Amino acid sequence: MSEDVLAVAEHRRGSLRDASFEVVSAGREVADATGGRLHLAVVGGDVDAFAEDVDRDGVDVIHTVDHGEEFNHDVYVQALAALHAEVDPALLVMPNTVNGLDYAPALAGRLDLPLVTDCVELEAGEGLSATREMYGSKVRTTVETQLPAAVTIRGAEWPPAEGVGDAEVQPFDAPIDEDAVRSTVTGFEEVGGGDVDITDADVLVSIGRGIEEEENLELIFDLAEALEATVSSSRPIVDAGWLEKNRQVGQSGKTVTPDVYLAIGISGAVQHVAGMKGADTIVAINTDPNAPIFDIADYGVVGDLFDVVPALIEEFGG
Amino acid sequence: MKVLVAVKEVTTVEDTFEIEDRRIGEQYVEYELNEWDDYAVEEAVQIKEASEDVEVVTVTIGPERAEETIRMALAKGADRAIRVWDDAIADQELLDVAAKTRLLAAVVEAESPDLVLTGVQAGDDAFGATGVSLAESVGFSWAAVVNGLELDGDRAHVRRELEGGVEELSDVDLPAVFSIQTGINEPRYASLRGIRQAQSKEIEATDLTGLGLDAGDVTSALSLVEMYEPESQSDTQLIEGGADEQAAALASVLRERGVGAE
Repeated sequence: MSEDVLAVAEHRRGSLRDASFEVVSAGREVADATGGRLHLAVVGGDVDAFAEDVDRDGVDVIHTVDHGEEFNHDVYVQALAALHAEVDPALLVMPNTVNGLDYAPALAGRLDLPLVTDCVELEAGEGLSATREMYGSKVRTTVETQLPAAVTIRGAEWPPAEGVGDAEVQPFDAPIDEDAVRSTVTGFEEVGGGDVDITDADVLVSIGRGIEEEENLELIFDLAEALEATVSSSRPIVDAGWLEKNRQVGQSGKTVTPDVYLAIGISGAVQHVAGMKGADTIVAINTDPNAPIFDIADYGVVGDLFDVVPALIEEFGG
Repeated sequence: MKVLVAVKEVTTVEDTFEIEDRRIGEQYVEYELNEWDDYAVEEAVQIKEASEDVEVVTVTIGPERAEETIRMALAKGADRAIRVWDDAIADQELLDVAAKTRLLAAVVEAESPDLVLTGVQAGDDAFGATGVSLAESVGFSWAAVVNGLELDGDRAHVRRELEGGVEELSDVDLPAVFSIQTGINEPRYASLRGIRQAQSKEIEATDLTGLGLDAGDVTSALSLVEMYEPESQSDTQLIEGGADEQAAALASVLRERGVGAE
């Protein structure tokens, strides 16, 4: 095992994803601790353009695997397993994204590496110490394992790497067995539709699980009308089919940046917060004083939405 | 056709709780069927209802207590269940992905399913990795974070829910493991008839020996060294008082920001 770190970039439909620059920051941090170099793998797509774009401060070597246009987990696992054998890094750093979770567990399994997913802090020394959350962000845990190891890192926990680096770009001729590629991407679709554009709203009244029943949504629409706001929601409301997918705020839904975001009965899971933390003013109404939403809210009302919302509608003459 | 659904009984924690010796105090927890797995069970049962000769088998790693949760899956339409447990598993503070994979792989080898479904992640430890790791281990193909599934002979057309409101359409060869995302279907409630029928369905309990494994196979590579409540970095201004006072104060905050201005 070397002291080096191998991080893996992510791209989709011709563009690098933010996660690519975050794995560079996380990887650099660990490589500084181990005294090793930071390698970055770019697999598929326009690898030369991606390599140039991802050559930020702190990257020592960029390995490009020119195979296919889009992400394919069978290609990633094969290419990265071969590259891992060559680099022999102490730590493999991947993004905890939907695609990251589509190859990282298989790759770790194939390489027989311990895997820690969704890390929010990493510390490397003799072994690896990783911080991750459990029970829907109610607790943090520190887990330890030996090196070499593999991790996936949570989005937006590390800043995107900046600057212009002078990494050495090395094409890597990965042996890809096409017979072992057993899935094919046939296309992409934007979901949603409908005429509501929550990304364009100045004021969002956003509702979560706390609304309890579909018929209670009327109360939220009444509030939105009184505030001249648009209704959005967290995931469970869309999963239940009570609102259209185009109203969903969060990692798998829309990212919104309104002037005011009123989160009602939303606990503030990390996937939701990812989509709304850029709002100018965040107001939260929730019965649970420990709900994570209060960690990012500017104003908080600990109380029952079924009491507070009608009173608020009345304040606005509804 | 046989569909194996890996389900987990997860620990849910009350709003207010205490940590005792790297665990949540027993008095602050409840156990329930993992939310994501509920959708996986529903998907399997819908596959069964749509065609002839489909058997739905659930597998759970969990103590005897978990049988209550397993019965819920049976009541929703699974045909039988396998529960894996052993003192050597109970001894692990944090069962890592590789250990869970070895246990489930042994079950897959014994059952030879055509399709394995599981939830995207567990609501408690949230590794989100078991399904894909299992697929690699048993040589199945796979897809993670599936929110649309259509079987078509020896392949499946799947939708994967990517970030930012984009879905990826893929064709995946069977046998395969799919990790199922919430919202793919509408999980049913168990009917009274289903609950009654579940009582007579088989829950086969097995241990490491029964699976041809030993304690070394479940020794976790991860050790849990600390558990703590994150310090709130919040500078939230709390609005106190009764609902009317809170609403009045909130209204002035909102008006200051131009909300509701004519």
